[in-house]
Amino acid sequence: MKLEGKAALVTGASRGIGREIALGLAKQGADIAVNYSGSEARANEVVDEIKALGRNAFAIQCDVSSSDSVANMVKETVEKFGKLDILVNNAGITKDNLLMRMKEDEWDDVININLKGVFLCTKAVTRQMMKQRSGRIINISSIVGVSGNPGQANYVAAKSGVIGLTKTSAKELASRGITVNAIAPGFITTDMTDKLNEEVREQMLKQIPLARFGDPADIANVAVFLASDDSRYMTGQTLHVDGGMVM
Amino acid sequence: MAEVLERVTKIIVDRLGVEESEVKLEASFKDDLGADSLDVVELVMELEDEFDMEISDDDAEKIATVGDAVNYIKASQ
Repeated sequence: MKLEGKAALVTGASRGIGREIALGLAKQGADIAVNYSGSEARANEVVDEIKALGRNAFAIQCDVSSSDSVANMVKETVEKFGKLDILVNNAGITKDNLLMRMKEDEWDDVININLKGVFLCTKAVTRQMMKQRSGRIINISSIVGVSGNPGQANYVAAKSGVIGLTKTSAKELASRGITVNAIAPGFITTDMTDKLNEEVREQMLKQIPLARFGDPADIANVAVFLASDDSRYMTGQTLHVDGGMVM
Repeated sequence: MAEVLERVTKIIVDRLGVEESEVKLEASFKDDLGADSLDVVELVMELEDEFDMEISDDDAEKIATVGDAVNYIKASQ
């Protein structure tokens, strides 16, 4: 096992990619704080699955766009596990609309959770990781943060911002043994992408050289790699896990 | 006072790898003791642990010299 004895906090871990990452890290031996915003029952299911693997886990509610709430979440995680080795900034929402129709609150909500949330969580774990002289921060961006996507100005701006934030945190924290990398998933089958209509799905499939939509496990595999010692000489990078959509 | 300075000095010597004789009250962490911004943040973190106190970000930004740190700790004790 690659993550024996490690403690991880995964945001937005009750569903989709976050859930799969939490389980992926646990399968490699890590204990997991399962953050959720609204889906308490599903977060508890993830906790039960992790416990069934013989790992320690607990569910913790937190809106990642609120600094006090984030500080409490990190404090509680460190108290429960006695340390914190891995942070996965995965929590995210979409509120798609054409630029001309996008409301200010649609813009603000997505930026606050998808970008400010990454900043707040990263800031909150830094103290503990600096003390430990080691840490792994994994930010979930998106391939549209690299390529752009019509109808997603807010989401794309946030995900693109996450890539810049990844590079800066990587440079600031490298001397303390903390690496920060991002994953840019392509079209991954989750609740979030299930909302897209058939026509959009067909169109996207045509753009994927590997000719299939991704599975959350495809992202979890890369997250495990970035959380483990296998990636120790990498920092500030964004890995495209998208079946070759954007090269 | 002496005791605070002694404890602060020990942390600075350990953290920044400087000689005890260099740690004077007027010494600036960045200009005289070779600390970078992140080193200062870490020093503040260690002072918080050592003296069991919380130093707000705003206050931490004002701590530039050894004397600043010692005075801040004394004032809040």
